[in-house]
Amino acid sequence: MEAFGLLLHGFVVLLTWKTVLLMMVGLVLGIFVGVLPGLGGPNGVAILLPLTFTMDPTSAIVMLSCIYWGALFGGAITSILFNIPGEAWSVATTFDGYPMAQQGRAAEALTAAFTSSFIGSLVAVLLITFLAPMISSFALKFGPPEFFAVYLLTFCSFVGLGREAKHKTVISMSLGLLLAGIGMDTVSGNLRMTFGSPELLRGINFLVAVIGLFGISEILLTMEERLALRGHAASISLRVVLGVWKDLPKYWVTLLRSSFIGCWLGITPGGAIAASFMGYNLAKRFAKDPESFGKGRIEGVFAPETAAHASGTSALLPMLALGIPGSGTAAILLGGLMVWGLNPGPLLFVEHKDFVWGLIASMYLGNVVGLVLVLTTVPIFASILRVPFAAVAPMIVVSCAIGAYAIQNAMFDIWLMLGFGIVGYVFKKIGIPLAPFTLALVLGNRAEDAFRLSMIGSGGDLKVFWSNGLVGSITTLAIVLLFWPVIDGLLRRFGQTQRARTGLQQRLDQ
Amino acid sequence: MSQTDLEIVVDDPTAPEDDSPSVVSSGTIEIVVCLLLLALAVTLGYDNWRTGASWDSTGPEPGYFPFYLSVILGGGSLYGLIVSLLARRTASGTFVTRAQARRVLAVFVPTLLFCLVMQFLGLYVASFLLISGFMRFVGKIALWKSLLTALLFTAIMFVTFDIAFDVIMPKGPLEAAFGR
Repeated sequence: MEAFGLLLHGFVVLLTWKTVLLMMVGLVLGIFVGVLPGLGGPNGVAILLPLTFTMDPTSAIVMLSCIYWGALFGGAITSILFNIPGEAWSVATTFDGYPMAQQGRAAEALTAAFTSSFIGSLVAVLLITFLAPMISSFALKFGPPEFFAVYLLTFCSFVGLGREAKHKTVISMSLGLLLAGIGMDTVSGNLRMTFGSPELLRGINFLVAVIGLFGISEILLTMEERLALRGHAASISLRVVLGVWKDLPKYWVTLLRSSFIGCWLGITPGGAIAASFMGYNLAKRFAKDPESFGKGRIEGVFAPETAAHASGTSALLPMLALGIPGSGTAAILLGGLMVWGLNPGPLLFVEHKDFVWGLIASMYLGNVVGLVLVLTTVPIFASILRVPFAAVAPMIVVSCAIGAYAIQNAMFDIWLMLGFGIVGYVFKKIGIPLAPFTLALVLGNRAEDAFRLSMIGSGGDLKVFWSNGLVGSITTLAIVLLFWPVIDGLLRRFGQTQRARTGLQQRLDQ
Repeated sequence: MSQTDLEIVVDDPTAPEDDSPSVVSSGTIEIVVCLLLLALAVTLGYDNWRTGASWDSTGPEPGYFPFYLSVILGGGSLYGLIVSLLARRTASGTFVTRAQARRVLAVFVPTLLFCLVMQFLGLYVASFLLISGFMRFVGKIALWKSLLTALLFTAIMFVTFDIAFDVIMPKGPLEAAFGR
């Protein structure tokens, strides 16, 4: 068990007062961010990233990932007490969580939510612990063509499997890839798309774009809505917690099913939002009395929360093992890794063992600490919502500005952030998805480098992407996924004619 | 439905009215965005064509990738343009109502001013002005509360970034007067 030994070593790295303190700070900030309307996981991580620039990478990633866990926990609080999902992935939690709060069972619902979040994350972390080293050691054999094929697969699966209108995903992704290409070309040293501007020479910084796209635009969007709210206050007593935990074994099927769905959708770019709905719907379908869902059933809280957390956590697996983020937040963490001079990808497991295992160990610890923290401090966090948004909004703007400026000490980045804020606002309102844009912006250069290095290696022959079984099957899979909607449609039509024909045959036989 | 006696109620007195008239429809904005993206695609595509977008003996030239991406972006926005032009006959949803636009501008304009002022007075003074001004005039919160919150928040930011973490922010005459 090599992984186990390394993990223990990771715990040793972590168990200092300083890191545990950072963890608490990160979790509190994260819950704060998750509870506040108009801020979420990716925004929180993006805005708070500059705080970590002067830390060593391990402390920095521990704090950032704790912000992420905190935000995941925080989303549940507002969904249950106020019927306002703090995050899109906690929408499904409101279906049964809020009715429970209305029946005076808020404490029970909250405990269920936090516990199932914890279980979901735990399953995903276990998966990461054992699967990530295996994948990364396998990926060490990858050359540029294999890496390009994997990037291609990521991009294509977004286009082919995304729920948005296809042309909007394509627009968002190609725009991200284009903006990633601005500045000095790393292979030839030529300048591209700079139009003689010295500011564009550096290129468009990924984190600046993210702060604008998620931070600033989210404030604009939040202001459009009615911000009045009315909800229940709750405090959790030990008796309720133990009561819920005692019943846990009864729901093991739901928990396991949701964990599995979450892990699967987290690794593939399906995301926590899809996972939480799928977890909820499947729990409902398999229940003996589906009509009792939506009226305050504890399983209706267990199912989506477990799935959302399993998915949010397992999204870090491809990021760690391959350098490909499985979610928006993972993409931002990846951007952070690059700021600290770490090159995400399979080599991370070889060159920065301390860092990787420290991070994985922090996922275990962060979730345990987080569970205790949220169970004890819910009343405080619920009352954060009393703070008027007029006070919160300018503070968020200031934090965004600090974050954007700190990355490269450039005034130009402040304006860039503002510009991306407007872009994000408009895109969100007309349904152009931002996730492909983020992903393309962070992976664009790496994908292009991989492609051109493979071309140099093969002397400009595209056949290199089918030169062996591995790269060939990944490339083919990518192309299949890209055209999946078309293929799916054809298959369905074929299936229908087939069925119609057999139906006709049967009728003729009779 | 039993009511727990502990309740949290927050009001939003300046909330946008639900029956506010529409300023612009989503369809129109979609057309505008597609046109802008199309223009961007053409500009970037031209620039990359100049850089060299062909395929030489060692593989693609520097402009190759971005050139074809501009073509894809152009194609996507052209498709989007056609779709939204065709859908224009049928009623499309509201992009923003007048009341909503007013609220959005109430955040956006101060943010813009904040970025401008930052250039001259530095980030910390600008933050103080933004937070206190926003709370007082947009949020209609008592003056002393606004000033106190702004002062506290700016001070915390200054201590965290400038003193504890050594992250350098734009500074102005005030900081200079104190020799920081």
